[in-house]
Amino acid sequence: MPISRADVQHVARLARLALTDEELDRFQAQLSLILDEADKIKRLPTEGVPPTAHPLPRVNVWRDDTPGPCLTREEALSTAPEVEQDRFMVPRIIEEEP
Amino acid sequence: MNLADLTAHELAARFAAGEATAVAATEAALERIRATDDRLHAFLTVTGEQALHDAAGVDAARQRGEALGPLAGVPLALKDVLVTKGVRTTAGSKILDEFVPPYDATVVTRLRQAGVVILGKTNMDEFAMGSSTENSGFGPTRNPWDPSRVPGGSSGGSAAAVAAGLATLGIGTDTGGSIRQPASLCGIVGVKPTYGLVSRYGLIAFASSLDQVGPLTRDVRDAATLLEAISGHDPMDSTSIPEAPTDFSSRLEAGVDGLRVGVVDELFLEGTDAGVLARVREALDRLERLGARLEPCSLPSFEYALSAYYLIAPAECSSNLARYDGVRWGLRAKDAGDVVDMMQRTRQAGFGPEVKRRIMLGTYALSAGYYDAYYGQAQKVRTLVLRELQAAFQRFDLLAGPTSPSVAFPIGERVDDPLAMYLSDVFTIPVNLAGNAAVSVPAGLADGLPVGLQLIAPALGEATMLRAAWAFEQDLGLGARPKEVRP
Repeated sequence: MPISRADVQHVARLARLALTDEELDRFQAQLSLILDEADKIKRLPTEGVPPTAHPLPRVNVWRDDTPGPCLTREEALSTAPEVEQDRFMVPRIIEEEP
Repeated sequence: MNLADLTAHELAARFAAGEATAVAATEAALERIRATDDRLHAFLTVTGEQALHDAAGVDAARQRGEALGPLAGVPLALKDVLVTKGVRTTAGSKILDEFVPPYDATVVTRLRQAGVVILGKTNMDEFAMGSSTENSGFGPTRNPWDPSRVPGGSSGGSAAAVAAGLATLGIGTDTGGSIRQPASLCGIVGVKPTYGLVSRYGLIAFASSLDQVGPLTRDVRDAATLLEAISGHDPMDSTSIPEAPTDFSSRLEAGVDGLRVGVVDELFLEGTDAGVLARVREALDRLERLGARLEPCSLPSFEYALSAYYLIAPAECSSNLARYDGVRWGLRAKDAGDVVDMMQRTRQAGFGPEVKRRIMLGTYALSAGYYDAYYGQAQKVRTLVLRELQAAFQRFDLLAGPTSPSVAFPIGERVDDPLAMYLSDVFTIPVNLAGNAAVSVPAGLADGLPVGLQLIAPALGEATMLRAAWAFEQDLGLGARPKEVRP
């Protein structure tokens, strides 16, 4: 199925990728080819077939609610690009009132 | 004789007899790395000092008369997708270039408990997405049989290291064939265990319902022993199977007499190398001579497995890789305006082309309007693959076919043609969708390059599978080794 450039731009926004124009062109062509190939699964009759999300039929794996060892705050923050006051630092999220 | 060329069980015998030490074996491996890895590029990080320290600890324990396991003091190459406390872990991606994890993966903890000496972290396709190791953010690994060719992927670094004697043992991960295909292309043994047999705690996720960790070794006995060391229930992984078999080696030598082996029609596709087909046909004849009962078997859903996989795996990847947002780990783009701008620019700068392609594909397959037609339908195809395999295992103990449709291909040949690259995994993918086990075992050479025989077992059928692989390997004889990189 051919996919439009607008589709590619929309998906890139959803995926939080700031693609270049050249990448948008390339992915438009490549994703169309890959989806053409993927389209063959639509030919397979699957009426009444349940979906499989996972190969193991396990559900609700519980454990006792008892505290165990875990990372310290310092360890958890040690991998972050920017830390301030024992917290992960991020750029502005909410716009200021004009 | 160089200690770097021995198997783990051969090393263990020498350690026990006092003819070699763990330090000497580790030095031999590190020397081989120094002599050849400039060219091969199997390792991203070598932790030589730590390895020698750990090896000395094993030797001291042996001196004190402590009971040691069969892998104590054996050098190992660890795929750089398993986190290691205090040691840089990149998953082959620039976005994790400087990531130093604060904890060990369960597999790493178990290896350490077994006394295994970890030499360092090996190269891989970025986030394990690829079949050639060319998608690494740090440059490709070369095949020790012919350095102009790929080692396969995504566990190409570990496979090349084991094949060329840079390590005795290797750890890889297999989401769609990433252990078996490089094992096949490098002429070694590679096991994709049953989903849930080996803990995924501390494994950097690609597609969580498909990923499994497993051994890459020079012979089947080592694969069985290494699988015993890393498998078993882990409360830190909710998909870990609580009561799974733990013994894969005690009946290794029991033979294949009477074993029912289905030869899967769909694994002998048009377009498969003639040399691959010839070696695999010979391998099947050999199994029959050894007493296995071979019969043809048709699994029509396999024709759709590749397409289903290339919707399911990217869909899961697009969710899993959402966590690389420049906040908690790794790269962050500088001077971003707001948080969305920061995330977009971080991901744009940090991910390579194949990872972006799969994130885009997965996001599309999950997006409103396409979910049912693509992701939903792919999940139903997954059910059909699972059902067909389960039905086949009512009639057969094992299924067989080639591991890869080709021998090692030239570097650069498929890297700009995603569909051609995806076809590299066409014979290995169905097993990941169904969650059962498979092994690739060397079946000789075609045009001087290794060919792998794939044996497929039902879920938790590893012991029988490895028994057949061992019988085959012993009868064929341990074949040629790559000569290209020998110093």
